Amino acid sequence: MDQSRILLTIAGMAAVTYLPRLIPALFFAARSMPAWLRRFLAVVPPAVLGALLSQSVLLAGGNIRFTLENSFLWGALLTGFLAWRTRGFFGPVAAGMVLVAVFRLAAGS
Amino acid sequence: MPESPSSEPSALSQALPIVLGYLPVGFAYGVLAVKAGLSLANAGLMSLIVFAGSAQLIGVDMIGSGAPALSVIATTLIVNLRHVLFSAALSPHLRGMPKRRIALFCFQLTDETFALHATRFHKKQRAAAKTLAINALTQSAWVAGSIMGALAGGFVPDVKPWGLDFALPAMFAVLLVGQFLSPAHVLAAALGGALALVLSQTPAAPFATLSAAVAAAAVAALTPWSPCRTTAPTRTP
Repeated sequence: MDQSRILLTIAGMAAVTYLPRLIPALFFAARSMPAWLRRFLAVVPPAVLGALLSQSVLLAGGNIRFTLENSFLWGALLTGFLAWRTRGFFGPVAAGMVLVAVFRLAAGS
Repeated sequence: MPESPSSEPSALSQALPIVLGYLPVGFAYGVLAVKAGLSLANAGLMSLIVFAGSAQLIGVDMIGSGAPALSVIATTLIVNLRHVLFSAALSPHLRGMPKRRIALFCFQLTDETFALHATRFHKKQRAAAKTLAINALTQSAWVAGSIMGALAGGFVPDVKPWGLDFALPAMFAVLLVGQFLSPAHVLAAALGGALALVLSQTPAAPFATLSAAVAAAAVAALTPWSPCRTTAPTRTP
């Protein structure tokens, strides 16, 4: 593709990315939501976070990696524990990153 | 003055895990974009106006392998359709905001900013300045990382030894702990996590996050523990 065609492709990608982000918010900003939908949407954040966390921690190159050698698994356990105990935000994140880095140094990978 | 408890961490400290995660991934995207034949300007522009990590990585890969424009755009739509759910879930908190601000907020809605804002808004931390600052910081990191990667071209430093690639998973872990508000929330998280893993191993992988979250939230909402109380400004039917 030449650069002007790539530019058009990017514009198309931007449109099909922005509309799904925008339309529901605008739609529900203007009208009230049925109770069943509110009930459903109330538990969407934990469902999304569970899906994002499990994939980012347990998937490597598309394959499930549920092993003791998975440094992300230990990092997530430490970060989650510290977040629960301390109610901190960046502290637990940093602690998890340090653990992952140390784990890799120790494993020599 | 919108309610914003003084206990809320600064915009910078809340944005920092996302910034640390976006810089190296944006860098990797920039490198790949230039290798796929995008000019520096187009590589940077995509990060500015698309701002969707996995879709951009898939998109430049398809462009590089000569895929037709329409199929790149259709794939982007499929990969980014999950944002419908994010936008709907945050909409009760956006009600009353000027339309123009909703439009800007939604433009910068990603997996990571959704996760962060869903948690903040639930805690009634809705100060507009902080919300906008978090979004500006995170997108700046994404664009800056992309441009640095595009400029660096072939030279790709390995960020793994620093644990930087764990910044985003770690943030998901912190935010998930904050979401354990009722048994229904815990069930939704566990089901969402398990279903997404299963779906990631099937041809439905591009829809894994969206379909796992919809199914898990639907099941959790049907249980008797489902919270009837919502964080939204309550409206009587």
